[in-house]
Amino acid sequence: MSISVVKNSNLDADRAIRTASALSVRGLTVSYGQTPAIFSVDMTVRTGAMTAIVGPNGAGKSTLLKAALGVVKPLAGTVSVFGQPLARMRDRIAYVPQRASVDWDFPTRVIDVVMMGMYRKLGLLGRIRASHRAQAMACLDRVGMSDFATRQIGQLSGGQQQRVFLARALAQDADIYVLDEPFAGVDAATEKAIIAVLKELRDTGRTVVAVHHDLTTVPDYFDDVVLLNTQIVAAGLVSKTFTEQNLQATYGGRLATARADLESTAG
Amino acid sequence: MLADALLLQLGYNATLVTLGACLLGIAAGVAGTFLFLRKRALVSDAISHATLPGVGLAFIVMVSFGGDGRSLFGLLLGAGVSAAVGLLCVHWLATRTRLGEDAAIGAILSVFFGLGIVILTIIQTMNSGRQAGLEGFLLGSTAGMLRSDALLLAIAAAAVLALVMLLRRPLELAAFDPGYAEAAGWSLARIDLAMMGIVLVVTVVGLKVVGLILIVALLIVPAVSARFWTDRSDRVVLIAGIVGGVSGYVGAAVSAVAPALPTGPIIVLVGFALFLVSLLFSPGRGVLASVLTHWRYQRRVHMRQGLLALAQGQPIYEKLTHRLMYRAGLILPDGVATGDGQAAASKALLDETRWSIVRADQSFAAAATRYDGLTAIEEFLTKDQLREVDRRIAAPQAVL
Repeated sequence: MSISVVKNSNLDADRAIRTASALSVRGLTVSYGQTPAIFSVDMTVRTGAMTAIVGPNGAGKSTLLKAALGVVKPLAGTVSVFGQPLARMRDRIAYVPQRASVDWDFPTRVIDVVMMGMYRKLGLLGRIRASHRAQAMACLDRVGMSDFATRQIGQLSGGQQQRVFLARALAQDADIYVLDEPFAGVDAATEKAIIAVLKELRDTGRTVVAVHHDLTTVPDYFDDVVLLNTQIVAAGLVSKTFTEQNLQATYGGRLATARADLESTAG
Repeated sequence: MLADALLLQLGYNATLVTLGACLLGIAAGVAGTFLFLRKRALVSDAISHATLPGVGLAFIVMVSFGGDGRSLFGLLLGAGVSAAVGLLCVHWLATRTRLGEDAAIGAILSVFFGLGIVILTIIQTMNSGRQAGLEGFLLGSTAGMLRSDALLLAIAAAAVLALVMLLRRPLELAAFDPGYAEAAGWSLARIDLAMMGIVLVVTVVGLKVVGLILIVALLIVPAVSARFWTDRSDRVVLIAGIVGGVSGYVGAAVSAVAPALPTGPIIVLVGFALFLVSLLFSPGRGVLASVLTHWRYQRRVHMRQGLLALAQGQPIYEKLTHRLMYRAGLILPDGVATGDGQAAASKALLDETRWSIVRADQSFAAAATRYDGLTAIEEFLTKDQLREVDRRIAAPQAVL
């Protein structure tokens, strides 16, 4: 009896964490110089859902992610993760930066990059054991890159580089996956592989947030959408929020251009 | 004579200097690698030049308290403090103003160096200043190296190696992907601070051996040389340590044989020689290797194009192609295919046809990424897959 009580209270605590929003941002403002990149952004990311952050170029999408992760220091605002301050919850979040943000000539191999996802867990001096390597290989396998484990990262194509970044995030075994333009400049096979992994994460209760630029695939890929243009224009379920009217309000005169660009890249 | 020096047979002082320089080289090579990988190599130049005012001021302070001002520890302490101040100035200018780090480095480096020279000149006019030998800090002077000096070097080198060992993961992460490091919860500011602290220690203890003008070479050249030999950062660190250690050891030994030659510059030149060897002869990234690779690749392309031309009954225009194929016995001097040539040509054409089917089909996407226009497809497909491809060549499917 007493055992089941303990179990119940654990379950309650567990549920409390799960029903809380995974990532919550209040009044977040980031400014480079005197112009705000994002202004007073309130955003709530639903636990166990896939959320797209969408908006025109220069809308502050990447900045919002970076500020939410503590990579960029905000001028104002707070970030909480599962109801706790960000600082205490960092190991619960895995970040996949833009591919172009690193030097791919860096002397490291594919498997080493994936191992970096475990550095937090390993600590400063923790020995890398065979089990860690096996885990890293399993992550590479999930993104279809296990054949490339010992390649130097500079020898990879753009899509392959993106998959390696995703594998590093998987190695972190986090609860929230935050991706900055994961589909930018990748081949169709990679896009398919990445979205499959992300959906798998979502289906096992993880939360996925991604900056996304392809308006046509938003309804297929994501559950929720945040429309951003320096400020939040609209946010919520894709089925309710991703409307012509809201898009018009987000992109303004640039909506036609955004679509034409997409068609030209698709064609 | 040089052999004696290399075997440490040239007496007590030469041995001390040689071992000290070797330790310094190892520490500098290892510490400099992370600076190089973080693309902040030149910060070390600002650090080293910013030591000079501290050396002079420390001397003045020690003299005014009644000492003779030549305590190496005291001078290096002053150097360390003033280098730290210079570093803070660079950091402040680069992060809080619109100046880039390069401009900040240039400004701080020259101002601190200028100030240091002024202070040294003032010291020259002081009674106790004439024999201070402070100008030895500019280019290093190992002549009067004491056992305690060598011990200081050894302790500092050990401390640097231990710190790098301890911090190797955050240092690597910060160099490769600072945004990710920060998001994962490592404090980038603290990692950078630690890295600069390590570099500062190396610079300060290296002043006496190579001098402040050349210490930057000892920090950077080993890392740059090591990069040629490996694609793994942990091995770059290891090799840089070896290159640095060898430079210090050999350089000090050479200058022990020829006392007229200054130790610091000789060490740097030995390091440069190792760099030159790496640049030219390293198997992966070296100049010679890339020339050879390009040469071979060009020949493969010409052969392949020639074979495809043969298979399609087109003439071979390019002289290089013609010559290569003639030498390989694939064509006669007039360009007509030999028996071997015809066989090779139809093989190349079949290969090309197979590739085009594989590349058009999503189910072969993995293999399709391996297409380079040269490699035979059999290397990437299983026998069953190959049979499937050939079946489609025999019975082409309706175009969708």
